[in-house]
Amino acid sequence: MGRKQKTMISLNNVHKSYVTGSNSLHVLKGIDLEIKQGEFVSIMGSSGSGKSTLLNILGILDNYDQGSYYLNGTLVKNMSEKKAAQLRNELVGFVFQSFNLISFKNAMENVALPLYYQGVPRKKRNKIALEYLDKMGLLEWAEHLPNEMSGGQKQRVAIARSLISKPKIIFADEPTGALDTSTSYEVMEILKEINNEGITVILVTHEHDIAAMTHKIIRLNDGVIAEIIKNGDLKHWKHQYAKELETA
Amino acid sequence: MFDIDKWQEILATIKKNKMRTFLTGFSVAWGIFMLMILLGSGNGLSNGVSQNFMRDAVNAMWLWSGETSIPYQGMKEGRRIQLTNDDYDIIKDLPGIEYTSGRYYISGNTFSYGSEYGNYTAITCHPELKEVESIDIIDGRFINQIDINKARKSVVLGEDIYDALFKEKDAIGEYIRVNNIPFKVVGICKEGGGTRNRNAYIPVSTGQKVFNGSNRLNNFALTINANTLEESQAIEAQVRETLARKHKFDSSDRSALGSYNKLEDVIQTMKIFQAINIFIWIIGIGTLIAGVVGVSNIMLIIVKERTKEIGIRKAIGASPASVIGLILLESVLITTIAGYIGLVLGAGLMEGINFIVEQQYAASAATNGGNGETLFRNPTVDLNVAISATMLLVFAGTLAGYIPAKRAAKIKPIEALRDE
Repeated sequence: MGRKQKTMISLNNVHKSYVTGSNSLHVLKGIDLEIKQGEFVSIMGSSGSGKSTLLNILGILDNYDQGSYYLNGTLVKNMSEKKAAQLRNELVGFVFQSFNLISFKNAMENVALPLYYQGVPRKKRNKIALEYLDKMGLLEWAEHLPNEMSGGQKQRVAIARSLISKPKIIFADEPTGALDTSTSYEVMEILKEINNEGITVILVTHEHDIAAMTHKIIRLNDGVIAEIIKNGDLKHWKHQYAKELETA
Repeated sequence: MFDIDKWQEILATIKKNKMRTFLTGFSVAWGIFMLMILLGSGNGLSNGVSQNFMRDAVNAMWLWSGETSIPYQGMKEGRRIQLTNDDYDIIKDLPGIEYTSGRYYISGNTFSYGSEYGNYTAITCHPELKEVESIDIIDGRFINQIDINKARKSVVLGEDIYDALFKEKDAIGEYIRVNNIPFKVVGICKEGGGTRNRNAYIPVSTGQKVFNGSNRLNNFALTINANTLEESQAIEAQVRETLARKHKFDSSDRSALGSYNKLEDVIQTMKIFQAINIFIWIIGIGTLIAGVVGVSNIMLIIVKERTKEIGIRKAIGASPASVIGLILLESVLITTIAGYIGLVLGAGLMEGINFIVEQQYAASAATNGGNGETLFRNPTVDLNVAISATMLLVFAGTLAGYIPAKRAAKIKPIEALRDE
């Protein structure tokens, strides 16, 4: 059980600024964070707090200016695009708010795409893709294009795609942002099951009820971590959140 | 390099983006098609006109005498210059002269055979005229040296004369009357590249003897050994100089001795065709540039349109190289196939036009006694040129795709994903 304690993500004083013309926007102002393998974490914060930026850095979709970031023991810094792509392919799965499925590929082909970049032959990867679609309850939708599916279905296709490369971490950026409440809960159930299989899940959300379903909540405020609420404190936090709602 | 899976991925993309594929392909196919038509037409025109030129030998030259117009060595102008057989002997041995034929004009040329008669031109000549005027023998032979030496009354009839007098009967060995003097038909001919064959040929010696010509000659037809304008002008000047010295007139006096140098004309016309060719190439290159711009434009749009897809692919684990490869291979595949289609269609159209032109040529040849008239023949394009043009377009499409594809592959996936 000692392996469960293995550190998956380690951030040390990470800074990030966006430079547009002569303006510089300091988004992350020194983030220290450690996430262990198998954790189920949500990142919260008001818009502009830097939560999406943090997730993008964690997912090697974006780079950072200062500090250090170790992903599964590898230092991610000034990494070549090729190396980053390889690391993403091996370690990471993404789920996006806007699904980001390729519009001219059907569900099965979308799910199978990460395996294409691993060099898995077409027939084999399509077969695996069908298995994952089956797990998501979308087997009969395999031949459909994304625009023929509902939001919940599209998100489940996206989740299947993120899982097919057997990643160690799933990053989800507002995975329920474009979905109604009941569909959102379905998606969260799926993410919970994924986490139960030992995969680290990190999601960004601004919905408290969604965040409350995770085991650890990281609250960002103006580029720094305001608080980290662990499993046991969630009940108390929920109470506080209710009060916040009343005052609002 | 050759990876079936990669090509399957590309083919799948092409199949599902038909409009995009069509637009890219169309601009390439159209460019090549237009280029083929343009170059083919240019070649056709050039071929047609140079064929018309071949009626006489391209290096032919004619000389004829007249009256002097410039006083010379104390002699007044207006003096008649008379060429003779001696001049023929001199000219034919001059350096640079290939074939020489002298002519003595005979007047009143009524041809008759039995009850058929008509007015045609009898040209007195040496055997070499056959080469100078590219005369084709249909039947029998042309005037030969024995005819000249013995001053035989032999005649070679133009095809039109034969048709009029003999009406498909056998003519060789028959006697016809020219100005009421009997001549034996030894051959039937037609003029090279010409449409009318109303000339008959008789030995120059016979002409002089029978029609009171003594040793007089009126003009010369020659061919010269020259490749350039300068050479031909030098030979012409030398011939004029020689005759001027012998007959005592100013060698620049064009009234005393007229001369026409065909090579000069040919070279001039060829220069015009070079100019037309250059013009066609300029338009062709313009067409190609339009094609290049078209392909480049579409490639830019395609890459822009695919930015989000590129972001997704990169987030999933595509390396920049594989993204660029995907876009470029697709572009190369489409432009190559489209270029080939344009090539085939253009060549097909040109072959079709060629077929029609040849039919018309044959039809006009049939009505004109074997000498078709056309300004447009064999409008084909050098295949190497067409293939090079296709490759240029493919290359341009690739380059035009490469720059934005490289940029798109370089941007961070998160930026590409944000792109809506």
